[in-house]
Amino acid sequence: MLDTLIQGILLGGYYAILAAGLSLMFGVVRFINLAHGDLAIFGAYLVLFAVEALGLSPWVAVAVVVPVMALLGWVLQATLFARTIKGGFLLPLLTTFGLGAVLQNGMFGLFGSDTKSLGNHIGNLSWASWSLPFGITVGQLPVITFAVAVAVLGSLQLVLSFSKLGRAIRATASDPEAAELSGIDARAVHRAAAAIAVALAGLAGAFLAMRALINPYAGPTQLIFAFEAVVIGGIDSLWGTLIGGIVLGVAQSFGATISAQGFQLAGHLVFLGVLGARLYFAHSRDLGGWRGVLRMPRARQKLVAPLKQATSEGRS
Amino acid sequence: MMLSVSNLVAGHGLLTAVRDVSFSVGAGQVLGVIGANGAGKTTLFRTLAGVHPAISGSIVLDGVDVTALRPSHRVASGIAMVPEGRRLFVDMTVRENLQVAGENGRSGAWTLPTVLDALPSLAPLLNVLTGGLSGGQRQAVAIGRALMSNPKVLLLDEVSLGLSPVAIEGLYEQLASLKGRGDTAMVVVEQDLDRAMAFFRSGDLPARGSHRT
Repeated sequence: MLDTLIQGILLGGYYAILAAGLSLMFGVVRFINLAHGDLAIFGAYLVLFAVEALGLSPWVAVAVVVPVMALLGWVLQATLFARTIKGGFLLPLLTTFGLGAVLQNGMFGLFGSDTKSLGNHIGNLSWASWSLPFGITVGQLPVITFAVAVAVLGSLQLVLSFSKLGRAIRATASDPEAAELSGIDARAVHRAAAAIAVALAGLAGAFLAMRALINPYAGPTQLIFAFEAVVIGGIDSLWGTLIGGIVLGVAQSFGATISAQGFQLAGHLVFLGVLGARLYFAHSRDLGGWRGVLRMPRARQKLVAPLKQATSEGRS
Repeated sequence: MMLSVSNLVAGHGLLTAVRDVSFSVGAGQVLGVIGANGAGKTTLFRTLAGVHPAISGSIVLDGVDVTALRPSHRVASGIAMVPEGRRLFVDMTVRENLQVAGENGRSGAWTLPTVLDALPSLAPLLNVLTGGLSGGQRQAVAIGRALMSNPKVLLLDEVSLGLSPVAIEGLYEQLASLKGRGDTAMVVVEQDLDRAMAFFRSGDLPARGSHRT
């Protein structure tokens, strides 16, 4: 029981890294990137390539690939994403759906259809574990993944809170036009956000490939997990994303103890439950019901507002 | 002249909102723009600031043509606008709102301490989220934010709209002292004609142009 809980929490670290990029893109650029999971898998394949073909050690390969993915994110935002945002609400979805298909089939062409894993290259880390009191053992790789997640999200939160770039990102997320009127180049901020998001996707993909088998078509499943973590945790804060990832990971771990299929099913059920509750509360607040008197968390307003904005832009 | 606008045309689709407007304003001068609702004042301002495209005409700031520049680059060249409705970053503190403009605008005499000297009402609010401020306080933050980018030309759109008479009084005292410094050109949209005429006084140039409704 306790063991399952701990496994679930640690798994949540991976989901948090994966989901943080998705959440950042949605919160800052108002852009839903359906290729996020495929970009994660692409990052994993780049790490595999660096290890197998260039002979780098896995951790050095990750350190090399993450900046490469950041550059890819910057270029994607500059050349592709920024243009599609002008086309309304639907175009980014279609474009990134297409980008995902291109990535999947591109990886199939380049790397083949065999499932691969970084597990063979990280020595005994794949199975090594630490023993804790009360007979609990934790895998070293999940602990490292979780620690990296906390460190990455923590540093990102510090950057957002206290740096010039962070203030520019928050100002642009709040009101892009007012940000421009304050001298911020909103395009540059959007590119920076996309660079961070895709770099995080690549990092998540590398951790996925260390603990599991990947294939070129594994991206969409990861995208769904990332979405679920974002919706459960809310898009307002990175810590919310971490909590969302943990809730999803715990649900999946307990689901897996019931049956093999329960792993995914339990995660989906928790996601649907949270989504339903969010919509219900937002709805009753809009109707001014008794719940409207209570102060509602801010995340819901933001979930609804961009959709309204996007649809009205699409009509004009 | 600090700001020279020649034959500026801007519109929304088939509607021409700003038709062939020309004016110039020098440092220490205040130009008032007066007109009925829907006359195109806000479109004119948004075009000057660069968030609305100009169809034709030119905007020259201190001898440099800025017509083709993005809004953020115009801020760097020295145009700052206090937009209609304030448009503060509501989930950021007063300090952060000011910092953002200071970090991304021009450098110059306006820094956080000098802006707080000019707008002393902001000093106790520095760590308050701007979403929770009153209308007058928000307007002061919006003006402070514009000043933080060290503008050569300050555009003020409907600054007194929605403010209490006391807040308007305080606001115009602050604008008068800014005018008295003599280093900034101001273009002001104001619905309150008495207030506007008292502030603009003599010697300020009228805008020439025409519009049809």
